[in-house]
Amino acid sequence: MKPSRALVLALQILFGVALLVAWHFAANIRVGSATLKFFLSAPLDVFWRVVKLFSEGEIWGHMWITFQETVYAFVLGSVAGVLCGFALARNPLAAAVADPYLKAANALPRVVLAPIFMLWLGLGVWSKVALGFSLVFFIVFFNVFQGVREVPATILANARMLGFNERQLFRHVYWPAALTWMFSSLHTSVGFALVGAVVGEYLGSAAGLGYLIHQAEGVLDTTGVFAGMAILTAFVLIIDALVTVIERRLLVWQPQGAQTTT
Amino acid sequence: MSSMTPETGRAPAVSLRGVSIAYRVGDGARYEAVRPVDLDVPDQSFVAIVGPTGCGKSTLLNAAAGLIAPSSGSVSIFGEPLAGVNRRAGYLFQLDALMPWKTAIDNVAVALEPMGVRRGEARERAHAMLKRVGLASFADRYPHMLSGGQKKRVALAQTLIRDPKILLMDEPFGPLDAQTRVIMGNLLLELWATDRKAVLFITHDLDEAIALADRVIVMAAGPRSHFVGDFRIDLPRPRDIAEVRHDKRFFDLHRDIWAALRDEVSRAYAQADGVAA
Ligand SMILES: Nc1ncnc2c1ncn2[C@@H]1O[C@H](COP(=O)(O)OP(=O)(O)OP(=O)(O)O)[C@@H](O)[C@H]1O
Ligand SMILES: [Mg+2]
Repeated sequence: MKPSRALVLALQILFGVALLVAWHFAANIRVGSATLKFFLSAPLDVFWRVVKLFSEGEIWGHMWITFQETVYAFVLGSVAGVLCGFALARNPLAAAVADPYLKAANALPRVVLAPIFMLWLGLGVWSKVALGFSLVFFIVFFNVFQGVREVPATILANARMLGFNERQLFRHVYWPAALTWMFSSLHTSVGFALVGAVVGEYLGSAAGLGYLIHQAEGVLDTTGVFAGMAILTAFVLIIDALVTVIERRLLVWQPQGAQTTT
Repeated sequence: MSSMTPETGRAPAVSLRGVSIAYRVGDGARYEAVRPVDLDVPDQSFVAIVGPTGCGKSTLLNAAAGLIAPSSGSVSIFGEPLAGVNRRAGYLFQLDALMPWKTAIDNVAVALEPMGVRRGEARERAHAMLKRVGLASFADRYPHMLSGGQKKRVALAQTLIRDPKILLMDEPFGPLDAQTRVIMGNLLLELWATDRKAVLFITHDLDEAIALADRVIVMAAGPRSHFVGDFRIDLPRPRDIAEVRHDKRFFDLHRDIWAALRDEVSRAYAQADGVAA
């Protein structure tokens, strides 16, 4: 039997409260003349720090920067991924030639590229966009490539029998198939765009949520680090929820388990 | 089989002459699915092909559709040699062929796009066609929200809206239950009666073949399949699929054709078990 929603929710809240309480007491353990707060901060301190950050208003600017970087990286990476995925899927020779290079490029942990991007593009927004792009591109590329290559043979044969020309085939068959695969990886690619932005900021910048956390770490401000992490987590959850809404709208035609109603 | 000449003075809608089809399998190996056969489907006639599974029915139909090129022989459509895809034929596939990302009505309307019909008009005509197959109220559903029988109706509407002169049907009602098959069969006969196209209908269901067709051709088990029987079905029309089965004549025809088919079916099974060939 499926546990009831109320029960699950109640237990979830209870678990969260228990964690916070445990954290609170752990932070207040005395070691000599000080407490462990220096290492752990404390839930209430973090809470008030978050409140302070928002009331002072500076945080909005950082969030806006990170948001922008994420959006740019996602959009540019997706567009490039779709175009390349498409071009290679329809051109087997090019695909065969490019294959080892794409595999090699994708095998490289992208974080090591961050300093190079900063050298090329400076410490501003674009070096972070480049890092996010390098992550998003491959996810979208491989998905679209797969999607176009794996259009069911019967649907293709049917399209030919209906007399579709290349343009119509693209528009009514390959394009929707490619987009489906791209959308199915939407959460992952948006997530990676954000990772690119935050990691880039962390490694060198003057604004953004990653920068904020890095600053706090630099002065051993544990409360600041936890506050930054809390805001970043909320930020990610909100973006993820937005993606879910968009996904629902775009993929209405896909079976998601029957939707029944009374 | 060369006695299969058109009854009407005109060239047959589909004509296969010495058509054989061999597939390349693995490295260099060759599998001759169908050895040279002749077949004529006269305009306005309904021809059914029955045969055991894997004997080459779909293969033959794909050759008539121009989806695969025969290894030897020639295909002509209304007297003209076929090059590329058969533009005068509509094809109802054995497996799902609807575009899952389009609603029922869009799936049907899009079939008119290659003919240069404007969007608005295409949708109007698609709606009328869905109505004819009894799906008017399901126009805005996506394929995954339709039952198997409903999907087949949409596919039928998609095929018929282009008004092809030839209808190629590959076990179109295969996965449906018995009652739905009867309903779909009657629908097909009704549509065909008002607009007689040449139909080449493939099935493994002998009852269905006899109930629908003017002529039933029996294929041998593969490899190198060929025709082992050709029966004229002289049951009166209009027919009701469910009722025609109680006809004495139906019974006789069934017995005769089954005698030819039975050996092939058991041969096919023996081969699938690796006994023969
Ligand atoms: N693309 C292919 N490559 C190699 N062999 C094939 C290919 N397509 C079909 N065959 C073989 O050709 C034979 C005939 O296949 P076909 O699909 O025409 O059978 P069928 O009569 O339609 O069977 P069913 O009733 O199960 O649909 C089979 O033995 C099959 O394995
Ligand atoms: Mg078949």
